Amino acid sequence: MKNRIRELRVVKNMTQEDLAEIIGVSRQTINAIEKEKFDPSLPTAFKLSKLFELSIEEIFHYEE
Amino acid sequence: MESMKLERNKRVKKLAIWTWTWVATMAIATFGPEFIWDNHPFLTPFAIVVNLANGVLMILANRDLFNHFDELERKIHLEAMGITLGLAVVVGLTFSLLDQKDIIPFDAEIGYLVMFIGITYMIALVINRKRYL
Repeated sequence: MKNRIRELRVVKNMTQEDLAEIIGVSRQTINAIEKEKFDPSLPTAFKLSKLFELSIEEIFHYEE
Repeated sequence: MESMKLERNKRVKKLAIWTWTWVATMAIATFGPEFIWDNHPFLTPFAIVVNLANGVLMILANRDLFNHFDELERKIHLEAMGITLGLAVVVGLTFSLLDQKDIIPFDAEIGYLVMFIGITYMIALVINRKRYL
């Protein structure tokens, strides 16, 4: 699944470590999500959506 | 994040302590009857029960650590456990069959299976970490 996490994180001037702490996951998990190697759970997607003040569809883009 | 790391270290230490005491009580239950208490009728079953109780506590400590993992770590470990369980059943039964039919020149001891499980789990973890991290 494509996502804009890295772009949105950079705009907020946050490190992966900062984002991981706010969301409650490890830095490696944020890195894996940004590299699109791992799709986050729904609760994590909602937390990211709330943090970046965007809808989930604006952050994640599903491609078959 | 610091508090998460501290909590993680605490749980890892707890698991390490229970694992080492489990290994120690296993050694005592294995070698004690012969070398320490000369097959005492009470001490041998007592040592085995202590080892079993220690094993249960080790499993609970492992569960505590697992519950502290985040979603990606859980996925990595669950996939490794899945492949390990499948291989342990298939390879374990094949190994047992080879022994029953006298195709291998030694007994299919449970220790071999435990070693196989440990090695398989470690390899699966390394592969999964490379895939996701």
